[in-house]
Amino acid sequence: MNPAGKHFALQYLREETLQSPFCPGCGNGIITNCFFKAVSDLGHDDLSKFAFVSGIGCGAWIPSPHFRADTLHTTHGRAIAFATGLKFARPELEVVVISGDGDLAAIGGNHLIHAARRNIDLTVICSNNFIYGMTGGQVGPTTFYGDRTSTTPYGNPERPFDLSRLVAAAGANYVARWTTAHPNQAARSMKTALERKGFTFIEMVSQCPTAYGRRAKTGDSTEMLKWFKNLPVRKKGEAIEHTVPTHQGMDLGVFADRHEPEFTEAMEQTFGQLGEIR
Amino acid sequence: MTAVKRIPKDQIAIEGLTGDAAIAHALKQCDLDVLAAYPITPQTIIVEDYQKFAANGEVHCRVIPVESEHSAMSACIGASAVGARVATASASAGLALMWEILYCAASMRMPIIFTVANRALSGPINIHNDWSDTYGARDSGFIQIYTQSCQEAYDTTIMAFKIAEDHKVLLPIMVCIDGFILSHNVERVEMLPTKAVENFLGVREPFIKLDPDNPITMGPLALTDYYFEFKEQQERAMEAVPEVFAQVETDFEKMTGRRYGMFEEYRTDDAEIIIFTHSTPGGTAKATVDVLREKGEKVGVLRLRMFRPFPTKEIVEVVKNAKAVIVFEKCRSFGAPSNPLALELRTALYDLEKRPMVVDFVIGLGGRDCPPTTIVEGYEKTKEYLKKGKAPLYETMGVRK
Repeated sequence: MNPAGKHFALQYLREETLQSPFCPGCGNGIITNCFFKAVSDLGHDDLSKFAFVSGIGCGAWIPSPHFRADTLHTTHGRAIAFATGLKFARPELEVVVISGDGDLAAIGGNHLIHAARRNIDLTVICSNNFIYGMTGGQVGPTTFYGDRTSTTPYGNPERPFDLSRLVAAAGANYVARWTTAHPNQAARSMKTALERKGFTFIEMVSQCPTAYGRRAKTGDSTEMLKWFKNLPVRKKGEAIEHTVPTHQGMDLGVFADRHEPEFTEAMEQTFGQLGEIR
Repeated sequence: MTAVKRIPKDQIAIEGLTGDAAIAHALKQCDLDVLAAYPITPQTIIVEDYQKFAANGEVHCRVIPVESEHSAMSACIGASAVGARVATASASAGLALMWEILYCAASMRMPIIFTVANRALSGPINIHNDWSDTYGARDSGFIQIYTQSCQEAYDTTIMAFKIAEDHKVLLPIMVCIDGFILSHNVERVEMLPTKAVENFLGVREPFIKLDPDNPITMGPLALTDYYFEFKEQQERAMEAVPEVFAQVETDFEKMTGRRYGMFEEYRTDDAEIIIFTHSTPGGTAKATVDVLREKGEKVGVLRLRMFRPFPTKEIVEVVKNAKAVIVFEKCRSFGAPSNPLALELRTALYDLEKRPMVVDFVIGLGGRDCPPTTIVEGYEKTKEYLKKGKAPLYETMGVRK
């Protein structure tokens, strides 16, 4: 609570847009608070140095219209492409994409890996609930093998992406995976991501009791948080082996932590000698 | 295919179905080989229901839950190219993402059936009904049929395969329902026995297909030398549609007693003013016309079903003696002299020496409600315009100005 007796996150939120549209038990509120904890720890009293971009789906509703900031709500899958343009036009802004797995990793997966490859200075926070939540719980590329969903009533025959390994392999400077049951670790990683130059990616494993838990039989929010709590945490510097994520075998922690050249700077180095490029 | 016979009543299953569910049931009976789709409101239920049929082994079809609509239409073309019977479903932004591939599907002459729950386009983000999505694709080379009821959506989906796969046509078809208004409302639907549908459609006989024993190339480069001829062939295929469509409807009528035509005429015989619209506003217009007729007004409805190919001559025949035609359309063509449906009609009427006045109302964008009072307001305004002898090129109705 701040001195006025209000929750600290409210200073960053458009109170007139509350309550949020999320279902009871949704993890997106926890992700919101983790992010504001990082913002607050970095000393920001408001979001005037930020611009937020989101796509389509429940996760995309975290910033838009709720954050008291410039927010660009875009089309399905393209948030990172929009953000790339925004960052180039206003490189001094902290450009943050907050969206879901269906948006960032399925229909927009191409932009995710290419932004990581370029190592452009964006922070992407992905609320991963293993499902297309907003459209009613259809199978997606993060759904575990064997999971029952509204479009795989007898189990999913496909393997899921490991988003953190994917983005780390694609070249991001900082990648971490936490869950809504690890708010402090998540907020610390988000802080690092915001400070770090280059492409940074925070995968937030999040519970969707409505569209995922109900059919996949992973229980209500409490039970899903208990599940997350028991996930293994990687040791610092531990080698990254290829694994296919499973319910119990989804490791948490940091997957990439490096200082490779950032894209807008690399552009400057390549073309700067030709004169002013902006 | 054996001769089509009337299906006895006791073999017809009657259920309360939403528009989406009605289409899912139709697809279930059409013996698809492949369905590829991506979830988007308000179409989602079509694929969810169909996927359950597939998972339960009720259909012998591979369902591909692809990662985007762009991939959905691409996968459909791949499957269609080897001779499969293929369907997909989408709406709004999903349809827009298929854009590039729509043109490929039509020009490569793939008889894909694409059911669309019409929905507004972004931005701002909106999940409700208007016709901007499919109207935007009107030049893609797809046949477009708009339906008014769940029964009509069911029947049209079945007939669509037979029309599309006919060797005189070989074009993909969009079967359109109004998002939420039809896709999510439950109506009484009479369903045919699956055997009858299988008998009616037969197995797809591809005109050409990819076949390793007789290899061919589809979709290669055709520049200044041959591209234009390909487009000419597409147009000829479109021209062949009305005849094939009528034949398919005749066969379907023998089986069911139902036929819909390229458009529906409702109380137009002596009508001085004819309302021209399609999809669910067609139903609203007909109900409104009943009330206006009771008050002695000479008014009727021409409810369009087939927007592509546009039944130009036939429509002119119906409306040429009316004093005015009122267009109600849920789409805006920004910067155009009027809007898509009215543009078609005005072009069709232009060569007449004595033309009815065309009054164009843009209604219901983004799902804004269009109650009967909207129709009445348009009708009253049109009477005023007739008195003055002049109407604006178009106007919007039901919007804050």
